[in-house]
Amino acid sequence: MTREVPDTGVEPQVFKDEIPEDELFFASQWRLMWIRFRRHRLALAGAVVLLFMYFVAAFCEFLAPMLPNQRHAQFVQCPPQKIRFVDRSGSWHFPPFIYGVVQEGGSEWQRVYTIDSEAIHPLQFFSAGPEYEMWGLFSTDVHLLSAGPDAPFFLFGTDDLGRDLFSRILYGARISLTIGLVGVTLTFFIGILLGGFAGYFGGWVDVLIQRGIEILMGIPQLPLWMALSAALPAAWPPLGTYFGITIILSLMGWTGLARVVRGKFLSMRDEDFVVAARLSGTSEIKIIFKHLLPSFLSHVITSATLAVPGMILGETALSFLGIGLRSPVVSWGVLLQKAQNFQAVAMAPWLLLPGLFIVVVVLAFNLVGDGMRDAADPYA
Amino acid sequence: MFDYIIRRLLLMMPTLLVISVLVFTIIQLPPGDIITSRLSELQQQGQDISEEAIVALRERYHLNDPLHIQYWRWITGFVQGDFGYSVMYGQSVNTLIWERLGYTLLLTFSATFFTWLVAFPVGVISALKQYTSFDYIATVLAFLGLASPNFLLALVLMYVGYEWFGIAIGGLFSPEYASAPWSSAKLLDFLSHLWIPAIVLGTAGMAGLMRIMRANLLDELGKPYVTTAMAKGLSPARLVVKYPMRIAVNPFISTAGWMLPHLISGAAITSVVLSLPTTGPLLLESLKNQDMYLAGSFLMMLSVLTVIGTLLSDILLAIVDPRIRYE
Repeated sequence: MTREVPDTGVEPQVFKDEIPEDELFFASQWRLMWIRFRRHRLALAGAVVLLFMYFVAAFCEFLAPMLPNQRHAQFVQCPPQKIRFVDRSGSWHFPPFIYGVVQEGGSEWQRVYTIDSEAIHPLQFFSAGPEYEMWGLFSTDVHLLSAGPDAPFFLFGTDDLGRDLFSRILYGARISLTIGLVGVTLTFFIGILLGGFAGYFGGWVDVLIQRGIEILMGIPQLPLWMALSAALPAAWPPLGTYFGITIILSLMGWTGLARVVRGKFLSMRDEDFVVAARLSGTSEIKIIFKHLLPSFLSHVITSATLAVPGMILGETALSFLGIGLRSPVVSWGVLLQKAQNFQAVAMAPWLLLPGLFIVVVVLAFNLVGDGMRDAADPYA
Repeated sequence: MFDYIIRRLLLMMPTLLVISVLVFTIIQLPPGDIITSRLSELQQQGQDISEEAIVALRERYHLNDPLHIQYWRWITGFVQGDFGYSVMYGQSVNTLIWERLGYTLLLTFSATFFTWLVAFPVGVISALKQYTSFDYIATVLAFLGLASPNFLLALVLMYVGYEWFGIAIGGLFSPEYASAPWSSAKLLDFLSHLWIPAIVLGTAGMAGLMRIMRANLLDELGKPYVTTAMAKGLSPARLVVKYPMRIAVNPFISTAGWMLPHLISGAAITSVVLSLPTTGPLLLESLKNQDMYLAGSFLMMLSVLTVIGTLLSDILLAIVDPRIRYE
């Protein structure tokens, strides 16, 4: 694990078939890592999925057919509609269409919807819908998909207030996906700073930080999260709660990273190249950031990647329990709150769909992290 | 070894002391106290309480005392085994906790048993038959297991059970047995309810353990001593069980110690979903309502369990693996 960049003797046999040898010997560390990462097919697939999901999160206003908090009173708990190419008489349609939906009978509690196969609504691309403000820059009403101005169009069904679940999941992606990234960035800084101090300076600084880590690890994580987020004032604006939750998640998460960083510093601070730098009068700060940090940055980034899913799951759990983010903020955890009890799930199973997205994203992060762990040490 | 244990126990004291201060601070952090949350509850029900009564209530539960005195009263009681009084439930914390701890322990035990029952053989077979279809399926399932939040699995199982098998899942008893005295029929009913939460809770740690078992065994299998043993004609089954497996089993032991605190707290959400009479939902409610004695004693107990569990694991590890020495 503590292997340094060797000047000779690198024999990365496995790559020989892909890249000319002389090019390989002069390839930078990051390029070697990329070559190795590419070979991990599952990780590559995970990376593609993640890129796609972040793209969706960035452009959710445009991709979502409706606004997240727009209610459709006539379509409460409407089941998902299917996109069809072939109608009942067997003729082919392009662009695809959806059938209309009508509510018939049922009661206030259990509504019954039937498909109205007379009403065919072809899907329209780049058509007008409810107006929104794109990134706070300009307002427009162009949406990627719709089924016409007055046709119901609920790909994933609606919730108990008649809000379109598909649009809400897309908007939720923005919150759920960024909370992990923002949290990990914070964790990253605290972890590197404290772990670096502990490992580089040693002595009482090390003892103090180590004890601190042990104490934080001694408190079970989830109850601590719960206690801290229960402590967030309910009157805070949504953005405040968002940052509050992020800070809570990262306050607990830095310990693992700090330990990795500390271990690396400990094993490297007496390496020849560090001693050489010190003897030639380089300042401590410069040694840390110029010489030590780059040599194990890949490991730290890997740890950080593997920490993101924990944060996403943490946010989901807290919001699910009603002590994390609260509506009108839309996150996947907040959406799952609607599926909290058995009756709700039995009546509207599509409310579990946000869970599917969580599983896919967390899975992708784990796979990418797995691939990065393999690639982190390209000389091994 | 003895010295090591003593030293670890002594080191535990300051750690737990700091944790207790942290726990107390965290619970005191939100504005208001248990009386405020009780009041808003009562007001929602249309009851009105006079100013004097509120003052009297605060006086009765010592909520007007300065914080350090409140802390001192709580922590001295805790050390002596008196966990205080839960305003929310109107019962002493001790009765509340012990009542539910039994079920929690039982559930934890069955979940752990299930985890090991599956993770151990699957991990071993995955390693021995690396890159076979069995291995790939196990790997995919393990990654899926790591990726899905536990409460989601509970919800899906509940839905599948209802939709396909027509059984309502949740709770530990059928309604007719819930308050009935213990009998053989109630025991059977209990057992028929137990397996779902055991499976749901058990899958939490399963994926991780499976992967670790596989990785460790793979590391061991490549070592020269295995080749030597094989060359000397030891039968494969005997070889694997006797040497590499003994070493690869370490993670099972080192995680066993903190399984209990982990399951008590980690299972909180699942328990809420499955409406189990365990400690998790209790903890959640007490945290939401700032029921200081209940929440604080709970968190403290979990922390003590975590710290002790880690120590127990370390000791157990030293016994099982003679290569590990603590001086």
